Amino acid sequence: MNPTDLVDRDSLRDDVPDFAPGDTLKVHVRVVEGTRERVQIFQGAVIRRQGSGLRETFTVRKLSFGVGVERTFPLHSPVIAKIEPLTVGDVRRAKLYYLRDRTGKAAKIKEKRVVR
Amino acid sequence: MPSKAIVGEKVGMTQIWDDQNRAIAVTVVKVTPARVVQLKTPDRDGYSALQVTYGSRRPKTLTKPVLGQYAKADVDPGKQLVELRVADTSEYSVGQELGVDILAAGDKIDVTAVSKGKGFAGGMKRHNFKGQGASHGNHKHHRAPGGIGACATPARVFKGTRMAGQMGNQKVTTLNLEVVQSDAERSLLLIKGAVPGPRGGTILIRGAVKGGK
Repeated sequence: MNPTDLVDRDSLRDDVPDFAPGDTLKVHVRVVEGTRERVQIFQGAVIRRQGSGLRETFTVRKLSFGVGVERTFPLHSPVIAKIEPLTVGDVRRAKLYYLRDRTGKAAKIKEKRVVR
Repeated sequence: MPSKAIVGEKVGMTQIWDDQNRAIAVTVVKVTPARVVQLKTPDRDGYSALQVTYGSRRPKTLTKPVLGQYAKADVDPGKQLVELRVADTSEYSVGQELGVDILAAGDKIDVTAVSKGKGFAGGMKRHNFKGQGASHGNHKHHRAPGGIGACATPARVFKGTRMAGQMGNQKVTTLNLEVVQSDAERSLLLIKGAVPGPRGGTILIRGAVKGGK
């Protein structure tokens, strides 16, 4: 245990679901436009989880109009309204960087059927 | 000269979310309530300061002269005696307890501490010199400083010329840091940004003396 863990405890979220690289997520992101705030959804595959504790981040990759878009979120960031896991992926690595070089069917992650 | 000052111990660094949901790096400082042992006044000592102590220490580990200082003030012995310069000591009294609550979120502060020692360091590490080429016939002068002055005029090396030497382990003051959170319940102070010194090091905190508000 680190001496700063007690300070971090206030900043941690307690509603982080279980998810791993390869899973498909719907990330509900709070977007502030002037004075209004709305929720935007970023949906894609998790290609990386990195770090630990308050500093942990994860990266979601999606295809937007044929262009790959990756977005990295701090796992405990208050910017995230909700993380919604959709499917569990059948992958063998922790970092799915190989998806960047693939297109079409080859870039598809096989779904793992699990009992929720 | 600041109006308030306090002593603390560096715990470490972490991050915290601000009101715009951005991550800001903070240094966590443990500020145990300090007890005033002696007031130094310009009439008697030539300057004004608070002599304070914090934490606790077995009286057996102290010498009798130091114990006498604590006894005179009727204060329990603490970890060490620290002097905090303040503009005016008249609002303080011997035996008074100073907590972290004298600082509030948003206050500007200066932090003084002894920096981490780097030992005898060369010019590249100590003064950010560029060093010399890796190739082009260079032989054993890759990290050398280069010239340190001219020849027959002035026929000497100017004082203060930057060279290799002891780096770190010296008193450093960082000005105008911001208090992010002052937690009196846990006696913790969160300061925006970095603070000199190693974890566990003693740091002196005072109200900012420069930079207006």
